Amino acid sequence: MISAIIVIAALATAFGLALGFAAVRFRTQGDPVVDRIDSLLPQTQCGQCSFAGCRPYAEAIAAGEADINRCPPGGEPTIRALADLLERDPKPLDPESGEIKPRTVAVIDEPACIGCTLCIQACPVDAILGAGKQMHTVIASECTGCELCVAPCPVDCIAMVEEPVTIKTWKWPKPDEVAPAAERS
Amino acid sequence: MSQPQLWRFHGGLKLDPRTAGPAGEPIGLVPVPKRLVLPLSQHVGQPAEPVVSPGERVLKGQPIARPGGYIGAKVHASSSGTVVEIADHAVPHPSGLAAPCIVIETDGLDEAWSGYEPVPEFASLSAADLRARVRAAGVVGLGGAAFPTAVKLGAGSGLKLLILNGAECEPYICCDELLLRERPESVLTGAQVLLQALEIDRCCIAVEDDKPRAREALENAIAAMGESRIEVVAVPAIYPEGGERQLIKVLTGEEVPARGVPPDIGYLCQNVGTAAAVARAVLHGEPLISRIVTVTGGGVVRPRNLEVRLGTPMADLVQACGGYTEGADHLLMGGAMMGFPLAEDSLPVIKATNCVVVASREEIRPRQPAMPCIRCGECAEICPAQLLPQQLYWHARAGELDQLDDFHLFDCIECGCCDVVCPSQLPLTQYFRYAKTELWARDRDRIRSDLARERFEARQERLEAEQAARKRRLEEKTRAAEKTRGDEAARKALIDDALERVQARRARDEDAEGNDDAGSGR
Repeated sequence: MISAIIVIAALATAFGLALGFAAVRFRTQGDPVVDRIDSLLPQTQCGQCSFAGCRPYAEAIAAGEADINRCPPGGEPTIRALADLLERDPKPLDPESGEIKPRTVAVIDEPACIGCTLCIQACPVDAILGAGKQMHTVIASECTGCELCVAPCPVDCIAMVEEPVTIKTWKWPKPDEVAPAAERS
Repeated sequence: MSQPQLWRFHGGLKLDPRTAGPAGEPIGLVPVPKRLVLPLSQHVGQPAEPVVSPGERVLKGQPIARPGGYIGAKVHASSSGTVVEIADHAVPHPSGLAAPCIVIETDGLDEAWSGYEPVPEFASLSAADLRARVRAAGVVGLGGAAFPTAVKLGAGSGLKLLILNGAECEPYICCDELLLRERPESVLTGAQVLLQALEIDRCCIAVEDDKPRAREALENAIAAMGESRIEVVAVPAIYPEGGERQLIKVLTGEEVPARGVPPDIGYLCQNVGTAAAVARAVLHGEPLISRIVTVTGGGVVRPRNLEVRLGTPMADLVQACGGYTEGADHLLMGGAMMGFPLAEDSLPVIKATNCVVVASREEIRPRQPAMPCIRCGECAEICPAQLLPQQLYWHARAGELDQLDDFHLFDCIECGCCDVVCPSQLPLTQYFRYAKTELWARDRDRIRSDLARERFEARQERLEAEQAARKRRLEEKTRAAEKTRGDEAARKALIDDALERVQARRARDEDAEGNDDAGSGR
């Protein structure tokens, strides 16, 4: 009886020490769940989810403070991917956060630009090039279409333009969406 | 002819060949059109970049666009004339969208450019030199996929066998058969050049067993040339044998691994038309400016094969075939099984145009309404890529695209066999095409979002560093002010210093008026 208690106690102590050591030695930096959620978000940094960027939103989701349906740029695929990752049920986009729109790019009407740098300061990904009292321009390939530069512009010279579909970006339509075509002899 | 052992690939369909009409006619010629429209992207890979400008006169065979990257191909003027514009025009593509093209107004002189040196004695050239010549001539795979040939030639070392694909991919197409019948020497010379470029000494030309005249012509030519490295093999005509994976399986019994390429298992596959183009490029210094196109279907008066300059509008091809019949209804590029409909006949012939079908109303069977999948499994039986089409269909329909990769969606060759056998008339191939383009789009989005994250984090870091620096400066100033507390003279010196700095800056600003940078004000 005594020996059994001693053996169990010894084992408990040994495992406790091992686990305690492992907890210190192999401590994970940051939160891996946040990273995985963040990697599914579209990184527009638009703030439509009411958080100041994609990473803060990912942190809020991980902490259970925000729902998974607050990302309009990601749309349904993002909600589905988040639901898969977190083993929840997908749900429709929260209308409060905005609506799903086709992807756009900011375009500055360059002759109208007064060079105030306000849009440069607003751009979360440094996709606007320019300096004080100099004309600004958008680096289209880096623009995420977040629209954050539109509101600060004092002369309303920034427009959001839909990206044209090219042969490289064209997608076959899903069959149900097209009228049954005559095909195949 | 010795017939080696052959294997069979999984599934496939026995389709009636419909080439009786065009195969009976010799290869015809299409006159030089008034306008040539040459798309910059006629091949797999990056679009070419123009090297001419509007107003410039160009000669036949002169390069007008250079490759846009390693996987790319040059574009050459198909006749002499003047470049009139470089602009977006509709191109033959399932999307029907416009893409950048070079438009040449021809002058009818057909004056040739002679910038590429002809080398009839190509035996002295090295493999790298041959590849460079093939690349310079803008040769791409003429079987329909249009992959740059020089890139393919550079892909493998330690190859066992060069396979020349003379198996037509579709029941309507016979451009390869006609080429083999009329110009077997050019294909054989091309094979010799390719063997030298690959530094191997075995080549096998696969021709379907229902094309005895093509085989006969080839064998006669081989005998006349005394070439022992090249053999002709008759393969059973089962669709889609023209697919390189299927053909390799039939000839060797080996399978190309999923996501792999034939050189991984020691084989290289080229279309016979490509071989002929390679021969022309090296021996005669002629770039790829024309190709053989099968024009067929019940909608043309006299279906036949034509040698066509790239950039010629398809209407000219129909004209050369006697024009449309009354029942002409539908224009397809690339055959009845894998082809896609074209909106108009003004679209140009490009390097990938192997066939133009003008179908009559009777030939086009309207698609029956799709019924629910009954899980009969016919599609899996027939699939030449050994996939599970119904499984792919369920996932694609439900939008569960991530799972599709596990079922090897990207090994689907879109041959359409499953569509044909499906008793519920499901548009399976279209689901797979949709899913593929959708997944590619997601890959592109992922790349963009990774870039955005990187830039966002870099900006965040920069802002934090700036803020920290500002805070440090403020602290230093406060400390300096603390130090001089009670000492009137030192305080005055500090204030004078500051005033001087302000004045100096004002003077500088006046000098460089209008060039004030907002950044320096902070």
